[in-house]
Amino acid sequence: MSIVDRLKTIDRRIIFVAISLAVIIPLLFPIGLPIMVSPPAQGLYDAIEELKPGSKVLLSFDYDPSTMPEVYPMNLGVVRHCFSKNIKLVGMGLWPTGVLLGQEAFELLAEEYGKTYGEDYINLGFKAGGIVVISAMAENIPETFPEDYAGTSIEEFPIMKGVKNFDSFGLAVCFSAGDPGVREWVMIAHSRYGKKVGAGITAVMAPAYYPYLQAGQLVGLLGGMKGAAEYETLLKYKGTGSAGMDAQSIAHSLIIVFIIFGNVIYFIARRKERKKV
Amino acid sequence: MKRQIPLIITFIAGIVMIIQYFIPHEPFAGMQQLFNQWYLIIAAFAMILGIGNLLKIHSGRISRKTSGWGYSIVLLTGLTVMLISGLGWGIERGTFFFYLFWNLHIPMASTMFALLAFFVASASYRAFRARTIEATLLLIAAIVVMLSRVPLGGYIWSKIPFAGDWIMSYPNMAGQRAIMIGIALGTVSTSLRIILGIERTYLGGGK
Repeated sequence: MSIVDRLKTIDRRIIFVAISLAVIIPLLFPIGLPIMVSPPAQGLYDAIEELKPGSKVLLSFDYDPSTMPEVYPMNLGVVRHCFSKNIKLVGMGLWPTGVLLGQEAFELLAEEYGKTYGEDYINLGFKAGGIVVISAMAENIPETFPEDYAGTSIEEFPIMKGVKNFDSFGLAVCFSAGDPGVREWVMIAHSRYGKKVGAGITAVMAPAYYPYLQAGQLVGLLGGMKGAAEYETLLKYKGTGSAGMDAQSIAHSLIIVFIIFGNVIYFIARRKERKKV
Repeated sequence: MKRQIPLIITFIAGIVMIIQYFIPHEPFAGMQQLFNQWYLIIAAFAMILGIGNLLKIHSGRISRKTSGWGYSIVLLTGLTVMLISGLGWGIERGTFFFYLFWNLHIPMASTMFALLAFFVASASYRAFRARTIEATLLLIAAIVVMLSRVPLGGYIWSKIPFAGDWIMSYPNMAGQRAIMIGIALGTVSTSLRIILGIERTYLGGGK
């Protein structure tokens, strides 16, 4: 068997080990490559900066643990930004698994910023129904979510006093890993009720949401771990988004090397076969 | 009647929801709220129906001892434990549900998704071939976008992030818009067929 044939049928475990090392080594020994902030991330940051202290932001946790490494750092970034500006947060979820992840982000940062549940932030929990939940919230939030995620009546919480519909919020931010998610928030909250909507989504979803961004239907967009790292850069702190960028840089580069190397082997093998013929 | 009643309900609900969008005043605005509330109740019951279906399928697999029936036991045990712990003691921090969610569900779900990186790496070596001009263009675009999405891209050449943004903002956006318009037109036509009772496959039971 020639070298080319051997490389063509390389054991996939070698590739697996290479990609493991490409992820693990930069996490253990960070390089600290500079992170450039893109306009979509800047847009979301600016939209929150424009809000006055005491105003309310609606956060929709529409993701699950599988996409947590990408979306959770964005969630933390936005919560941190809002808490630092004394903006009140109302969380909810169109995905059942997102509710506890959002709550974790709240509790982790509430301690750091001295925020109280029910006064500065609240989690309304999960409601099945996707786009119709958003539509129902646009008409009447207390009727759609009469209790918080733990089953306590929302009337007991000062943060929910006077909250009727989307008019009570300066901005809605959706952290999404699929449907229902950003598309539904744009369709109902923005297009129908004129509410400003921002989004944090996985990298693989990002290309599909650029049209909404360009049309002004989204005020800002955080795409994948890069989006989270950009937001952390804007907030001037290093979180898990920034920490993961070195690993992602090396992993992407390795995959590109694999693509180029695989194609070189392919063309050499093809030329050999043509010569034989 | 079994078919006519669902068709009548679909027609009325569909027409009312269309009218209320263009005329957001009474009585249509009130009807929209009412229909939304009904939908949320139905959606909640659909979840219960889904759980019932899951129980039926997997208990059948266990009783027949079909291939992989052991996984069905794991599934049903997981479902029962999470359901009882959540309904019985709540889902907040400090509860058994929270412990299971945080220490079992999250690591397992993250592990499954992380495996994708290995498959992508393996596929990039074995399958991404520049066999045609179109495939070559796609590969070049993919490499530029991949590099532009990480800080290393800008470090290699300062123009790479801008090239990636250009690909996302122009060729990608044109393609995405075309797909979205196609989907929207398809959705409108299918919805009209359903509302008018031409499309009936959603009722089930027929060919």
